[in-house]
Amino acid sequence: MASEEMEQLVRREYKDGFITDIESDTLPPGLDENTIAFISNKKGEPEWMLEWRLNAYRQWLKMKEPSWAHLDYPPIDYQSISYFSAPKRPEDRPQSLDEVDPKLLETYEKLGIPLHERAALAGVAVDAVFDSVSVTTTFKKELGEAGVIFCSISEAIRDYPDLIKQYLGTVVPVADNYFAALNSAVFTDGSFVFVPEGVTCPMELSTYFRINAANTGQFERTLIICESRAQVSYLEGCTAPMRDENQLHAAVVELVALDDAYIKYSTVQNWYPGDENGKGGIYNFVTKRGDCRGDRSRISWTQVETGSAITWKYPSCVLRGKDSIGEFYSVAVTNGRQQADTGTKMIHIGEGTRSYIVAKGISAGRSDQSYRGLVKIGPRAKGARNFTQCDSLLIGDKSGAHTFPYQEIGNSTATIEHEATTSKIGEDQLFYCQSRGISEEDAVSMIVNGFCKDVFQELPMEFAVEAEALLSVTLEGAVG
Amino acid sequence: MLQVNDLHVTVDGKEILKGLTLTINAGEVHAIMGPNGAGKSTLSAVIAGKDGYEVTQGSVTFEGQNVLEMEIEERAQAGLLLGFQYPVEIPGVKNIYLLKSALNAQRVARGEGEMPAPEFMKLVKEKLGFMKMDASFLQRAVNEGFSGGEKKRNEILQMLVLQPKLAMLDEIDSGLDIDAMKVVADGVNSLRAGDRAILLVTHYQRLLDYIVPDKVHVLVDGRIVRTGDAELAKELEANGYEGIEESVA
Repeated sequence: MASEEMEQLVRREYKDGFITDIESDTLPPGLDENTIAFISNKKGEPEWMLEWRLNAYRQWLKMKEPSWAHLDYPPIDYQSISYFSAPKRPEDRPQSLDEVDPKLLETYEKLGIPLHERAALAGVAVDAVFDSVSVTTTFKKELGEAGVIFCSISEAIRDYPDLIKQYLGTVVPVADNYFAALNSAVFTDGSFVFVPEGVTCPMELSTYFRINAANTGQFERTLIICESRAQVSYLEGCTAPMRDENQLHAAVVELVALDDAYIKYSTVQNWYPGDENGKGGIYNFVTKRGDCRGDRSRISWTQVETGSAITWKYPSCVLRGKDSIGEFYSVAVTNGRQQADTGTKMIHIGEGTRSYIVAKGISAGRSDQSYRGLVKIGPRAKGARNFTQCDSLLIGDKSGAHTFPYQEIGNSTATIEHEATTSKIGEDQLFYCQSRGISEEDAVSMIVNGFCKDVFQELPMEFAVEAEALLSVTLEGAVG
Repeated sequence: MLQVNDLHVTVDGKEILKGLTLTINAGEVHAIMGPNGAGKSTLSAVIAGKDGYEVTQGSVTFEGQNVLEMEIEERAQAGLLLGFQYPVEIPGVKNIYLLKSALNAQRVARGEGEMPAPEFMKLVKEKLGFMKMDASFLQRAVNEGFSGGEKKRNEILQMLVLQPKLAMLDEIDSGLDIDAMKVVADGVNSLRAGDRAILLVTHYQRLLDYIVPDKVHVLVDGRIVRTGDAELAKELEANGYEGIEESVA
């Protein structure tokens, strides 16, 4: 049973952290107002932030876990989770790559992860794993000169309280949904980005640069603000499979774009999917929403989802500003026993708003995948337009694909286009490639990458190359 | 080069080839003709390794190797290449990418190493010109939205780039107008070489006016009932397959 599995995980954490080191910063499992006060205190937060968290917690208590998704997992016991755990102490972590699971290293090799980064990803306790300190310093200096703020959300609460008060929870309100409320109560870290008026961020921002600050994954909180005419491209995640002891993940990401601002948010998610029976994989319940608050603003979500045992995720855009644009480009791959219910919501409020949805789902093995998308056009959204393309590719005969499109059209001037296809990876296509001398594995990878091309071309260059390699690794042995 | 001996093949429990024997030597062009349903396409599909065909008896050897035990891609790497009657579309995969992957997979398997990109581009452009195809073909997805004639030209283009030892062309003339057929035939004729063999599978004699075969085999009901030279094809054109069937019966 997966719930036992989780209990075991929790127990192990308990043993490693709390009991062996009473002075450490790790809380025993359980959630109440004291837990939240402890977290807020550990983070050195001001009183108003604590109140904000407690408010979220009290609302969460009154809410019910959603059950509408096409997902099947045992009930989660929220009292059996530890909501604050310090990073593992160096002596408890692998001391060198020799102690790391060779299979994991093999995957890094296939993905072409540079040697010096493999140790960091595998959690090896090496002080200077790579030159991260100097990289970060140079990087921060350049951003500072441009006036861009890029720091952890905890630092932002401390150093930029006015911005936090102004924007936090304005896109995803604390009681937006069950998992968002939980996150609002207990989030421990995440990123904060602020790009001031007229500034184009001089580099792509990536959490990758914060790799050494691991263990922030469980309840991550991200807030990105672009003022008028500002632009930023933010890269989240990493193609390498990430180690994480926490089974439940519930992140919240909020994006705010003012007049003529452009935020491009790219994600590659490759959390542990569990073994072939689906045991031990990550449960990923994410709320991501962008608010096109200003006229002619644009928010673009691009995601490549290959990991996790359970994915519940709908990056959305609220198109408030006149002529604002929302985009969603997604590739979701499931294999083994993975389940994913993912899609997007495009809420058209302003006049002349436009949205584009391109979702590609690939199901292999015994996995099950659903696309769930809402296009809502409000009464004031005159001349709003949406284009949705939603394609599913099945590999083998034991996988499933479902599409749940919802449309709510509130005025007659809107234009909505929806295209959907479901296809099986053609034996004829495979035979064609193989009869040209290409191996079956390469042929599958070629066909699948072709299927995903529309989305991959939206990814930043290096990410796109990694994503292609990732797809091949994820689908290894999916056919035959 | 290729030896097919007493080959029996069933599809879904039904016997299609009933003891087919055929020898093709290097440097020769063979044509297999026959009425619909005689098993013409089955022969080339079995040699290429397509799924769903069960060999119940007989053997296929290519340069001494047992073809039936080889993986599909190994057959191509050994120099056996099938040109499809109905080439499939592969959305999102560029023609140039398929060509490059195929060529390099074959070269690597033969221990030759990948072809350097400039050399590859030069080779492809030359062959493209020969097939009277525009360079934009390379950037289009494999066969996607191609007309029937474009698909067939593309099959021959692949042959010209991949340079197989035995090129098998399944109904390469079907659906072609006369101009397209000439281009395709020129492409095939340019493949003729002392160390290469070509196997044409066709229903109509028309193609053989442009690609003159060394040998013509008539396939009826799963067996080769007659073998002759190019004149045999003309005879068929005049008398039809019924005459042959009757003479056999």
